[in-house]
Amino acid sequence: MDYIRMIEEEQMKKDLPHFRPGDTVRVHVRIVEGTRERIQVFEGLVIAMKGGGIRETFTVRRVFAGVGVERTFPLHSPRLDKIEVIRRGIVRRAKLYYLRSLSGKAARIRDRRSI
Amino acid sequence: MSKGILGKKIGMTQVFTSEGKVIPVTVVEAGPCPVVQKKTVASDGYNAIQLGFSVLRESLANKPRQGHFQKANLKPMRYVREFKVNDIDNYEIGQEVNADLFTVGDKVDVVGISRGKGFQGMIKRNGASRGPMAHGSKYHRRSGSLGAKGPARVFKGRVLPGRMGGERVTVQNLEVIRVDLDKNLILIKGAVPGAKKSLLILKPSVKANKAK
Repeated sequence: MDYIRMIEEEQMKKDLPHFRPGDTVRVHVRIVEGTRERIQVFEGLVIAMKGGGIRETFTVRRVFAGVGVERTFPLHSPRLDKIEVIRRGIVRRAKLYYLRSLSGKAARIRDRRSI
Repeated sequence: MSKGILGKKIGMTQVFTSEGKVIPVTVVEAGPCPVVQKKTVASDGYNAIQLGFSVLRESLANKPRQGHFQKANLKPMRYVREFKVNDIDNYEIGQEVNADLFTVGDKVDVVGISRGKGFQGMIKRNGASRGPMAHGSKYHRRSGSLGAKGPARVFKGRVLPGRMGGERVTVQNLEVIRVDLDKNLILIKGAVPGAKKSLLILKPSVKANKAK
């Protein structure tokens, strides 16, 4: 029997929404401050998804006050409260790193409406 | 309890803590290991228990092995290892040592046979640094001086290229992250020596228990 897969599947989240690079998501992150726990929301464009199974991560980019901010989250981390998909976009590649050198109008992504 | 348990390396994966931290773990299938033989001061000059692990097919066990396990009324097993114990009277032949030997948070030492790396040079095998690769240098990955000119010979123990790996290695002070008694699994933080499916010996940590 495959014990490794068993241990990994035990920890994987089953209720994740389907999303892919080019989509805009709102990530609710649990943050522990001392003894208090609160939820912080990070919204932005998914520019990459890496790894598979329990090791899968995704990178969210947003431009905040003129500065690009990117955060990478493990998809199955218990620290993620939930992920909302806000917009689905049409992109033609899996890694959208080219957006880092673009700004304003050039960094827009077309909507995928037929979902 | 027993001074150790035998196990099989399954492989590595990762585990999330409740705070969301990722811990790299090695999955070890440990036990059940029955006591095959008891050695006592009276009979052998020292006190030890012999543990068996991994039941063999009948056709793979030769006659001496079958006979040895027959004495303990057990099925022949692939591995047999001895553990020195002081409280020899607490053990019975046939009594099983299980994964419950360790609990979450325990520190263990893990012994295994490291993966064979073949014939390796000074840099990988002995941690030497290499010479310049360019600017006319012809001294790239060779060994340096083998010693002084005076003795007119090379002293014993000089590190040189050669076979690497495939030797007994102990990694100390690894933490037990999870124990699954139903499936005899122990999850140990970090890497342990050896290839997948190879034999491991898990013992209570020498260093951590000394400090107590």
